[in-house]
Amino acid sequence: MKSNIIKSIIVFLGLFFLYFPILVLIFYSFNENKRVMVWKGFSLRWYNELFKNEQIIEAFIISIKIAALSATFATILGVMIGYSLVRISKIPFKSLYIFLSSTPLVLPELILGLSMLLFFISLNNLVGIPSSRGQLTIFISHVTFCIAFVAIIIQARLTDFNKNIEEAAMDLGYNYSEVLYKITLPIILPSIIAGWLLAFTISLDDLVVASFTTGPGANTLPIVVFSKVRLGLSPEVNALSAILMLALLIIGIIYFYFNKKFKH
Amino acid sequence: MKNKFFEKYFVFTPYFWLVLFFFIPLAIIFKISISVSEWGMPPYQDIFLFDNGFKINTTFENYIYIFSDFYYIGSFINSLILALTSTFFCLLIGFPLAFYIATSNIRLRNILLVLVVIPFWSSFLLRVYAWKIILQNNGILNVILINLGITSEPLQLLYNQYAVIMGIVYTYLPLMILPLYGYLNKFNLNLIEASKDLGLNRFRTFFKVIFPLSIPGIIAGSLLVFIPVVGEFIIPEMLGGSDRLYYGKILWEEFFVNRNWPGASALAFTGIIILVLPIIIFQIIYSRWSEKNEI
Repeated sequence: MKSNIIKSIIVFLGLFFLYFPILVLIFYSFNENKRVMVWKGFSLRWYNELFKNEQIIEAFIISIKIAALSATFATILGVMIGYSLVRISKIPFKSLYIFLSSTPLVLPELILGLSMLLFFISLNNLVGIPSSRGQLTIFISHVTFCIAFVAIIIQARLTDFNKNIEEAAMDLGYNYSEVLYKITLPIILPSIIAGWLLAFTISLDDLVVASFTTGPGANTLPIVVFSKVRLGLSPEVNALSAILMLALLIIGIIYFYFNKKFKH
Repeated sequence: MKNKFFEKYFVFTPYFWLVLFFFIPLAIIFKISISVSEWGMPPYQDIFLFDNGFKINTTFENYIYIFSDFYYIGSFINSLILALTSTFFCLLIGFPLAFYIATSNIRLRNILLVLVVIPFWSSFLLRVYAWKIILQNNGILNVILINLGITSEPLQLLYNQYAVIMGIVYTYLPLMILPLYGYLNKFNLNLIEASKDLGLNRFRTFFKVIFPLSIPGIIAGSLLVFIPVVGEFIIPEMLGGSDRLYYGKILWEEFFVNRNWPGASALAFTGIIILVLPIIIFQIIYSRWSEKNEI
């Protein structure tokens, strides 16, 4: 009984710690006052201002575009890696394969961003492309570091379900591609959707790698937000935060729905 | 032999992408870090010169430059200390949470797990920004402290190393809880009962039973926090002050402000070398995940 109370208190404090800052942010987004910290009254003024701010709206559209595209590419490549690591025994230089597909999970973004930028500059000196940096170079960098996140989800799902199902289908006369499209793919589909959502959020959220690989006309949302809040507070960013937090929380819940659905 | 074609296609498409866009860029960092710097664009000389016959034009000066200046070494040390401290606090808060979630009944467990991970989905940058609001001089924390009579003047909570640790622990906590939960979830709760039946008190049950069994989870979670925090740039930039300089900031300024590309590359490559051992341990755990499906 006593341990149950301690347990509830610890869990409650932990959750309070995780959610309190988010609630504070949402609360202050309704503050009428231009000085963020001084409460003047409830108002939707800054939401109104936010939707009139062309710089933020434009950055938002660019970010969504890059995130959707890079999530799609990262998902295709990540599924291939997850499949290879679990189902294909002969991979040349397998430890290199594992290194390349898992290191981006933990490598500091700063090192990743610098390496991508220097790579694009060297490539430009060598063959003339990419002629300038911008949305394309951000897209390529985001695909590169999102692949690992998709791969680990797919890998977990593939090890989870029994290989015998595939072999049974093979015995029943399905050929390799039929098994892949009619058996394997439908089974891992929820994980593919989960992986796509994760990659999408990571790309949407990335500031450091995007700052390195951006160029003229490619200011993503985090870059714009960071320039606004680096030195102070901004009431418009508060309003934006509240909207983004809620949107991303919903994506998070959808992610859990898909990632858990077919688990035991 | 149609499946051979499929297998090759599946292995080599991502292989090609990752070698081209991940491995080669890392190699280029190394290449530029041993190049001779000069004024111009790009601000370094080629490492292969062909004008008077073939000559290799490399130098270790960039590394010597970094290691002879305490400004750089000091920032490395600051970052390592920061990463260790933050990892420790993440573990301190994350372990009891993960443990109690793992020992809850199954319905509650899933709800709690989702609740813990959901904040991780909301924007990283904005979650750091939220702490900037909380820790302001006239922010909510200072108001509470003054009303409780703990302090009469607002405390300077922002722009110092403690605010940085706070921000890091907050944003990286889910990364610690998840792998910990993954391991704690696997082991049999009867073991705890058994150890109590055998007369071990709570304290000894923890250190002799629970703790040893969760070591793999502790290592995995700690590395997921430690490695990226060493290179963390945004949090010290938003919440930190001038009391401590960190590796990420130095690297950023060396590249963007000083325009010393070989120097920045040498810094980045040194960072990779320092993190190689933790990354290798991480990879061993990672490939076990895939074999045993422990996450």
